[in-house]
Amino acid sequence: SKFIPHLYCPGTTSEQAGKSSSCQGCPNQKMCASGATKAPDPAIAEIGVKLSTVAHKILVLSGKGGVGKSTFSAHLAHALASDSTKEVALLDVDICGPSIPRIMGLEGEQVSCGLYVDDNLAVMSIGFLLSSPDDAVIWRGPKKNGMIKQFLRDVDWGELDYLIVDTPPGTSDEHLSIVQYLSSTHVDGAVIITTPQEVSLQDVRKEIRFCQKVKLPIIGVVENMSGFVCPKCKNTSQIFPPTSGGAERMCADLNLPLLGKIPLDPRIARSCDEGRSFLNVVPDSPAAKVYQSIVQSERLQRIHTQHTHTQTCPVPICPPLSSYCEFR
Amino acid sequence: VCAASTPHFIDLTQVRHVVLVLSGKGGVGKSTITTELALALRHAGKRVGILDVDLCGPSIPRMLSVGRPDVHQCDSGWVPVYTDAQKSLALMSIGFLLEDPDEAVVWRGPKKTAMISQFVSDVAWGELDVLLVDTPPGTSDEHLAVLENLKKHRVDGAVLVTTPQAVSTGDVRREITFCKKTGVRILGIIENMSGFACPHCSECSNIFSKGGGEELAKLTGSVFLGSVPLDPLLGSSIEQGKDFIESFPDSATFSAINSISQTLLESLQT
Repeated sequence: SKFIPHLYCPGTTSEQAGKSSSCQGCPNQKMCASGATKAPDPAIAEIGVKLSTVAHKILVLSGKGGVGKSTFSAHLAHALASDSTKEVALLDVDICGPSIPRIMGLEGEQVSCGLYVDDNLAVMSIGFLLSSPDDAVIWRGPKKNGMIKQFLRDVDWGELDYLIVDTPPGTSDEHLSIVQYLSSTHVDGAVIITTPQEVSLQDVRKEIRFCQKVKLPIIGVVENMSGFVCPKCKNTSQIFPPTSGGAERMCADLNLPLLGKIPLDPRIARSCDEGRSFLNVVPDSPAAKVYQSIVQSERLQRIHTQHTHTQTCPVPICPPLSSYCEFR
Repeated sequence: VCAASTPHFIDLTQVRHVVLVLSGKGGVGKSTITTELALALRHAGKRVGILDVDLCGPSIPRMLSVGRPDVHQCDSGWVPVYTDAQKSLALMSIGFLLEDPDEAVVWRGPKKTAMISQFVSDVAWGELDVLLVDTPPGTSDEHLAVLENLKKHRVDGAVLVTTPQAVSTGDVRREITFCKKTGVRILGIIENMSGFACPHCSECSNIFSKGGGEELAKLTGSVFLGSVPLDPLLGSSIEQGKDFIESFPDSATFSAINSISQTLLESLQT
């Protein structure tokens, strides 16, 4: 007989929650059966009010780890904040592997309210709540979700033009939570990051499927680590070869915009380690130029002009995630 | 099929050593290293198993070119998929259970925990010298579930994979704390993507910096198992699901992987 795992969760808000045969053995069964999970979390509405002063919200996602989500998020924030009339904030919801403090040059800082890198660029990460760089956050899902809720509801975001949210890899608690907690506010969409190889694209396709399921618009796809130009002989090598056509082919197949291809450059990793903006360190490099062209791209420019400040969208962008196993 | 509520047997009695492959950081090559270590151990005449518990991004089936076969049941549990006729390399992955390979596994923690318990407990591994457990990045549900279930049997320790740059070693420092807190022995640290030799002019570029893994090992008093260079030939073998160790036995990358697997075997036998 074929192996059938617990794949079919009726959803914690459904009538069948905790009662269906597939709920047998689920650790969440008792709570679902009690009906406690059917009421919406009041925090969703509170977050909607709290973030009504944030004009644009952009999530940075990828199914795959280590493709450059945090590097991209940080540099998108830097690039947007280079316009001194814009207020930008960067939120890191990677609870177990927060890289943003180091990349933004804030490692070792300890605060509970967020930090300013520049007058118009604020950052919040769980990294600021840890007492040492060795501290591990060994948390199961529900606790991580609680942290994300606190970040959104309890941090004083103020008036912002952009809130960039950097996420961990995968399609699990952090992703469901951020989408759910932002469901009473307008989200512009997600930028999906990938590297050129199929091993990466196969996970990224799952992330795209996730966005479609939760009705999160996709702003576009960025191919990172795309080719390497040898600094000595200037020849290009495909270190991460696009064996299945890379992001270009995937975007064509799935009818998604490809925002740009950022080449590998050892100075990017070095800038990130040193907590400096690569865009300031080597503004004339090919990679920095691609970053600028992505920020200037018609897809991202369209967001600038779409909604005016302090406008909230009264219609939740996603329906209750009734087809997934939710847990609070 | 009900994992959590029915008592089940644990068919790990014939598994000699269990090694976790961990990293706080994603995309540093946990699955690549797991695959190459398994192949190297097999070439050394060992019977090896791989348990892929990365529920949201299972990569091993592709790297071993096994496709998406149906998984069947026998009297002693679920039969793993063998990559060779000699049955010297067995694999169990969530990837086998998905109808559509592009389908996202959108699960919260408790469901992942239930799935992993089922996975770990019900696979009929048979006789194995080493079972390698490939994990997702982080220190969360999957890691706790794997440990809770495998510790009943045995866990020899963990191999930590990092890339050289500080952003990555920073996450691996957190993973070291995880190991200490959960009582898992650190068998050693591997630095992956360490230096790239230009195929045109042989100039070595340290794309993701250099030496971070070794430095981290010194800092934390762990064994440094070795560095694996950033080798496009390894990347394309992995992409095509080919046995790199068979295809490029003379490469520096092969000798690095081989020496790591030998050191690992020795430390398991002590």
